[in-house]
Amino acid sequence: MSARDDVLARIRAAHRAAPPPVLAYTDIARNYQTSSELDHDQLLDRLVDRLLDYKALVRQTSTDQLAATVATALAERGVDTLVVPAGLDDGWLTGTTVTRHLDTATDPLSVTELDAVDGVITTCAVAVAETGTLILDASAGQGRRAVSLVPDYHLCVVRAGTVVADVPQALARLEATRPLTMISGPSATSDIELNRVEGVHGPRTLEVIIVN
Amino acid sequence: MLGMPVVSPRGVGNLRGDETFPQAAHHTLRDAQLRRNLGNATATIRAKRAAVVAELPDWEELREAGRQLKVHTMAHLPDYLEQLEAAVTARGGVVHWARDAAEANTIVTELVQATGADEVVKVKSMATQEIGLNEALEAAGIAAFETDLAELIVQLGHDKPSHILVPAIHRNRAEIRKIFLQEMGDVDPDLTDEPAVLANAARLHLRRKFLAAKVAISGANFAVAETGTLAVVESEGNGRMCLTLPETLITVMGIEKLVPRWRDLEVFLQLLPRSSTGERMNPYTSMWTGVTPGDGPQAFHLVLIDNGRTAVLSDEHGRDALNCIRCSACLNVCPVYERTGGHAYGSVYPGPIGAILSPQLTGIEDNASLPYASSLCGACYDVCPVKIDIPTILVHLRAEHTETYADEHRVPSAEAMAMKAAAFVMSNPTRWRLALRSARLGRVLGRRRGVIGRMPLPVARQWTDARDVPRPPQQSFRDWWAAEHQDDP
Repeated sequence: MSARDDVLARIRAAHRAAPPPVLAYTDIARNYQTSSELDHDQLLDRLVDRLLDYKALVRQTSTDQLAATVATALAERGVDTLVVPAGLDDGWLTGTTVTRHLDTATDPLSVTELDAVDGVITTCAVAVAETGTLILDASAGQGRRAVSLVPDYHLCVVRAGTVVADVPQALARLEATRPLTMISGPSATSDIELNRVEGVHGPRTLEVIIVN
Repeated sequence: MLGMPVVSPRGVGNLRGDETFPQAAHHTLRDAQLRRNLGNATATIRAKRAAVVAELPDWEELREAGRQLKVHTMAHLPDYLEQLEAAVTARGGVVHWARDAAEANTIVTELVQATGADEVVKVKSMATQEIGLNEALEAAGIAAFETDLAELIVQLGHDKPSHILVPAIHRNRAEIRKIFLQEMGDVDPDLTDEPAVLANAARLHLRRKFLAAKVAISGANFAVAETGTLAVVESEGNGRMCLTLPETLITVMGIEKLVPRWRDLEVFLQLLPRSSTGERMNPYTSMWTGVTPGDGPQAFHLVLIDNGRTAVLSDEHGRDALNCIRCSACLNVCPVYERTGGHAYGSVYPGPIGAILSPQLTGIEDNASLPYASSLCGACYDVCPVKIDIPTILVHLRAEHTETYADEHRVPSAEAMAMKAAAFVMSNPTRWRLALRSARLGRVLGRRRGVIGRMPLPVARQWTDARDVPRPPQQSFRDWWAAEHQDDP
C-alpha cells in the first residue's frame, strides 16, 4: 500500500470511527463584510493612512504629473540604477535620467545584477485600502517576483482604479495560480525583545505613488 | 495496521519532552529573564491584537466562518487532498505523501540529495520542527540554515524555540549579540546589541546564503485545494527569498492545513495576521501554484504529512485541535504559558493548543501532564480565531488519561481512590449529611488565618500546595435550610 493510499485510508477510517458533522460548503455561514460604505476618495485616504502607518513613503499625484513625481522620488532617494520590469508604462520614466536595467522573460537579470542596482519600479495588480496592502501578480509592469525582492528600494505606482476596500474584494480580482506577492509595508521583525525593527530582508524602503 | 490512524512514532521528531510539565515548569519558572521577556512580549502582543480586532465590526462573523470552513474541510479531507494533489501536479509540482516523521524526513533528504546540494535554506516551519527535519538532514550530511531571525538565533545558540511566533523571546539583546559574535563567521567584531544593528548583522549574514542557495525548504500556512495554491505568511522577507530565488523548493505541510477554495483565503488572511502579530496585515504573503516558467523555483515538491493527525481526526471530542491555523493567540493570553514559557511543554507545540494537540498526536500517555497544564480559565477559547473549544478538549483529555491509566494499572492511583471515596459519600443523602457534620471538625484547622493551608494527605497535599481551602462553616447549608424551614410542610 502506498503512503498516499495509507493516509487516505486512515482519514476515511477516522471518519468512520468519529463521523464528522454534516456541513455542506454552500451552507457555511459567511456573515462577514465583503463590501464597504467608503467612497473612492475615502478609500484612497484610508490606503494612505495605512501605508504611512507601516512606514512606507507615500506621494499622491495625477496622471499628467506622474512622470515628474517619479523623477522626484528617484532623485530624492539618490537612485542611479533602476530595474524596470517588462511591460511597465514607458511614459512614467520620461522625467528621469536614471540608468534603466530592463528585466524581460527572454533576458532576465541575474541575482548579482539585481543585488547591485539601487532600486526597482513596478506597478501593482490591486491595492487594499483597509490593510494598506499592495498585491503584485507578475503581470505587465510588475515583474517576476525576484525583481521586487532583491533591490533595497521598491517604488510602486498604484493606479487609483486598482484600489479596493478589503481583502475579500482584492482576492476576487486576482488569478489564484499566478505568482502573487502581498506587500504591506517594508519588511520588519520583532524577534529581538519584541522591539520592532524595520528592514530585514526584502526592500528596506517602500515608496508608493498613488496616481489618480 | 495499514489504513488505520496511527499516532506519531517515538524516537523521531520533537513532540515529546524529557520531563513532565510540572517538573519542567519548576525549572523555567526560576528563569527571571525568561519570565520578564515573556511577560512583556505577551502583554504587548495582547494589546496589539485587541486593538486591531476591535477595528473590525465583523470579527465574530469571521471567526465563525473560519470555524465552519475548518470543520467542513476536515469532514471532507480525502476529497480536498486529492483535489489539491491534482491541481499542484497539473501546474508542474510533485506531491509526496508521508505517513509519519521518519518517512517525511527520508523523502525530503532524498529530494535534496537528488539535486546534489549539501546545504539548504529554510523558512520557519513548525511542521519541519515537529518531524525533526534539521536533525535528519544533518545526519545525512546536509546543512540546513534557518533564515528566520529568531530561528537563526535559536539555531546559532544551539537552543530550542520557546514560542511559536517569536521563538527567541527568552533571549535578551546582550545574549543575542554574544551568540552572533561567537557563531557568525563573518560578523563585525564591533557589533553592538541594539536590535537594529543585530537585525542588520543577520541581514548581511543571510543575504549571502539567499543569493547563492539552490534548494529551499518551507512550510505552508494554507493550501487551496481548488487551485493548488500555497501561501506563506511572514514578516521579514526571508520567506520571499527562499520561495523565489532557489532552483528547487520543497514544502512540508500537515494534511490539515487545507482550505477548500481560493475565496476562502479572504477569511483566513483576515483572521491570521490580526490574531498572531496584531497587525492588519503582515508585511509579506507569498502565494504560488506549482511551477511558473521564468519565475521562481523550476522544481517544486509538496510533502504532505500525517504523523498522528489521523489519530486526532478519529477523536470526536478532540479533532477540532486540527483546525488550528498556528496564530499563537492562545499562547499570548494564557496565564500558565506566560509564566512557564514554551520549553516547559516539551513539544514544539506549547501553550493551550499544544496541550491539546501534542497529546493527541503522540497518544495521551506520552504527554499525559499537558492537559493538566491549565487553570481552565478559557481565555484561549475567547481569542482563538477559529473558535477551538480548548477548555472542553482539555477536560476530555484529562478524562481519557484517567481512563487509560485505570486500564493499564491494577492498583488505582491515589486520585482515583479519593474520587471513588467521594463518589461513595456523595451518592447517598445520609452519608453526605454525616460527612458534612464531621467536616465541621475541620474547623479546628485554619483558625488563625480563616483558611486552611497545606494538608499533608495524599492528593490533598498536591491540591493545597498551591491553594487555600476555606474553613468549613459552623453550620452546613443543609442544616441551615432545615432550621430556616422547619415549619414548612
